Amino acid sequence: MNGGQDLGGMHGFGPVAPEADEPRFHAAWEKRVFGLAMAMGYSGAWNLDASRSAREALPPGEYLTSSYYAIWLKALERQVQGHGLATPEELSSGIVSTPAAPVKRVLRGTEVAPLFARGFPSDRPVPDPARFSAGDRVRARNINPSGHTRLPRYVRGHVGTVETVHGGFVFPDTNAHLAGEAPQWLYTVRFSGHDLWGERAEPGHAVSVNAFESYLESIDPASVR
Amino acid sequence: MAHDHDHDHHHHETQGGSELSPMELRVRALESVLVEKGYVDPAALDALIETYETRIGPHNGARVVARAWVDPAFRTRLLGDATPAMRELGVGGRGGEHMVVVANTPDEHNLVVCTLCSCYPWPVLGLPPVWYKSPPYRSRAVIEPRAVLAEFGVTLPPTQRIRVWDSTAELRYMVLPMCPAGTEGLDEAALATLVTRDSMIGTGLPRAPGPSA
Repeated sequence: MNGGQDLGGMHGFGPVAPEADEPRFHAAWEKRVFGLAMAMGYSGAWNLDASRSAREALPPGEYLTSSYYAIWLKALERQVQGHGLATPEELSSGIVSTPAAPVKRVLRGTEVAPLFARGFPSDRPVPDPARFSAGDRVRARNINPSGHTRLPRYVRGHVGTVETVHGGFVFPDTNAHLAGEAPQWLYTVRFSGHDLWGERAEPGHAVSVNAFESYLESIDPASVR
Repeated sequence: MAHDHDHDHHHHETQGGSELSPMELRVRALESVLVEKGYVDPAALDALIETYETRIGPHNGARVVARAWVDPAFRTRLLGDATPAMRELGVGGRGGEHMVVVANTPDEHNLVVCTLCSCYPWPVLGLPPVWYKSPPYRSRAVIEPRAVLAEFGVTLPPTQRIRVWDSTAELRYMVLPMCPAGTEGLDEAALATLVTRDSMIGTGLPRAPGPSA
């Protein structure tokens, strides 16, 4: 979605502000939100793409004025309620008043180390051959889905060069909405800074994104310089 | 939601010390419900927090970089297929399932960002710093990387191109910085101490070796 999360190329946020000796968490509640989001992510009620989608669905003004773990918290509350795992009254009171709904899995303390050390790979076989090859010139399609997508606005409509064909991966645009993993070929596509930003671009600047096959379209090589 | 806690706010002002903020209360309510309903095992919560607060951090990536500096065959494997190469050093896992390592050269400097959220190689660098997740960096790294680097105190030669990697899928990037000059004779462990977190994101360069080196 064209939401508050899609920040590439925006102006007006001011300088980057690195913090000396930054702690991992800035408040006790941030740790709890982190742990709760990780644990609930394992429940099978939703997936990582769905969680990203829930975070970016916050109204842009709210997204941009919330701290990162506050965004996580608000999204997690929405997901918990949206999946019928708890009611708004329960979340505001902290008092359980309805029966638990079934979830597929509960992450146990002893499982954290082995599962998280192994990780949760998202590469998947794709039956069809890759449509593009390294060196191909491709255009990022001008798509504007109201749902989740991982094609940032700043590359849409621009022509770049396929640099790497990575294999098949879970397609976030469907997976986020629990409509299936529908794996697609994933590519690295390189764009020149000048093509993206025009005269404003810094010299010698290129930007790569990872783009799923359906984000890209062929171009007639003769039609571009 | 905030209004639900107005009564608590009063306590907060009149007592102090041990009182909880509205955010603490809100999160505590969520945690209570999720635990009591059996969706979350408190032991898992503790293990997750402990793991990411104390065990996983940029020292993991620094070991990888130092190995690549001393072992050309490892460097080749790392740049060819980073995930199994890192596994040789026991580095990998959630948030680093599909690693890509990009090497800085005198001609090209690499910079990693996630404009859409906060994708970051957790098992290699730990959880990301706030600036990495915040709008100034996410908005500007792709449009004016040299200006961003200047704010980190990094000025590159104009002849060195800048390549920005926007982490828009499940691939996670680590920058392999160039080994600083004057490190001849340093062993792998000593080299690892020169590798900063920011040098593996691309917003910094490795430390120069100290006078004792």
